[in-house]
Amino acid sequence: MTNTRRLQLVTPWAVALGLFVIWETSCRLFNVAPYVLPRPTLIFKTMYQFHGQILDHSLHTLFTTFIGFVLAVIGGLLIGLAVGASRFVYIGLYPVMIGFNSIPKVALVPVIVIWFGIGTVPAIITACSIAFFPIAVNIATGLATIEPEMRDVLRSLGATRWEILTKVGIPRSMPYLFASLKIAITLSFIGSVISETIASNKGIGYLMLSASSRFDVPLVFAGLVVVGAMGIAMYAICVVVEQRMTRWAFRSQELVG
Amino acid sequence: MQPTPLVAIRDVSLTYGHGEDGVLAVQNLTLDIAKGDFVAVVGPSGCGKSSLMKLVTGLVPPTTGEIRVAGEKVTRPIRGVGMAFQNSTLMPWRTTLDNIMLPFEIVEPHKRRLRAEKAKYVAQAEQLLATVGLSNFGKKFPWELSGGMQQRANLCRALVHQPELLMLDEPFGALDAFTREELWAVMQNLWLQKHFTAVLVTHDLREAVYLSDTVYVISHRPGRVIYKAKVDLPRPRTLETTFDAKFIDIVHRLRARISHELNT
Repeated sequence: MTNTRRLQLVTPWAVALGLFVIWETSCRLFNVAPYVLPRPTLIFKTMYQFHGQILDHSLHTLFTTFIGFVLAVIGGLLIGLAVGASRFVYIGLYPVMIGFNSIPKVALVPVIVIWFGIGTVPAIITACSIAFFPIAVNIATGLATIEPEMRDVLRSLGATRWEILTKVGIPRSMPYLFASLKIAITLSFIGSVISETIASNKGIGYLMLSASSRFDVPLVFAGLVVVGAMGIAMYAICVVVEQRMTRWAFRSQELVG
Repeated sequence: MQPTPLVAIRDVSLTYGHGEDGVLAVQNLTLDIAKGDFVAVVGPSGCGKSSLMKLVTGLVPPTTGEIRVAGEKVTRPIRGVGMAFQNSTLMPWRTTLDNIMLPFEIVEPHKRRLRAEKAKYVAQAEQLLATVGLSNFGKKFPWELSGGMQQRANLCRALVHQPELLMLDEPFGALDAFTREELWAVMQNLWLQKHFTAVLVTHDLREAVYLSDTVYVISHRPGRVIYKAKVDLPRPRTLETTFDAKFIDIVHRLRARISHELNT
């Protein structure tokens, strides 16, 4: 039991380390130029060298990601509740939502820049616009899959629609919400970085863009690694929150484990 | 016969869907349920037994005919009925005790008083849990309980606000035979203590005869009452009663009636 647990903790690190080792040796073996594909050791060296800048820009990206994410949660929650609770809103709004979600957000950034100028605001809006969709859809699904019998029990007690929503609908869709947060946070992060890459003078996306225009490929890769690491960290936080908040939905795993 | 029965079903028909596609679930059903009676409704599957539940509670309006509960015509979900289904429908995010407190949060006048008199209501719920043998399980989540325990808790939730009318839709259907028979006794005790009116929909004839005063047999879809059996066995009935000649005789007659229905 404890052995498998330990193994579960170690494995992801071992896999990442293994990938870096293969990468490093291949680069050295085939003599790949650092401006084509820099070696991991060089990347980490660059990371250390520019850690001040990288930290500064990363924090900015984290900030826009977080604000965009929070707005997406609020918006997604409201839209999801409306779509899930009312058939008319569902029929009316759902196609529009799908249409909006199909638009690549890269194409949207220039428009947002025209409206709000470059920098923080477009990053936040892009993050939000890309992240709200899975939240809204999941909440709506949670509401739509309430057992009819559960609804009947409440209706026969004389519950109003509002009471059914608050007593069953919302708690019932919480696991769906928290499951979607994991996806939403990474999407929000992608949105931020995209927007920074196109139109910003701050943030990790901007850092990578300006580095690549200087052919400073190791710094670009340093940025990519940081982006990946931050993505994992935010996902992990969401997983912890999910398991804390909706312990009842994980009951089967608990009983087995 | 009392002059005004608690539930009066008069010539009720129910059609699901519209026009050509409509399915006639219940046809010209007339049934009286006196206050304090325990009535069972049995019949082949798909005979509209569950429709009957929904009609009486007002969850589904009848297509024709009328239903009166306590003298008032049912036009929308009537308040404060207790309902229990085969699937226990306890909320997994609430503890068992909180599940049982649910009716207090919805049904007046409890809803208004709940905040101020919380302790009183919790005591009431815990006492009910104790009656069905779940004294120390209030803090547990429903999914930590066995199927039989969940169904006990389900009965508690249906009864905690002391409804006049309890509707049971195959509440013991998913349980194993031993647990089921155990819960018959639990159910009977609750009924003997609290004197509510109960309607039990089931396909288990022994269950119907064990628990009820009157058993109605409903025909194949569209459902009509085709047979009515009075069960005048003394209470409290025990498992021994189920081996009594009189008990077996009633079950036999019901069984014969349903077989006849299935073969026609």
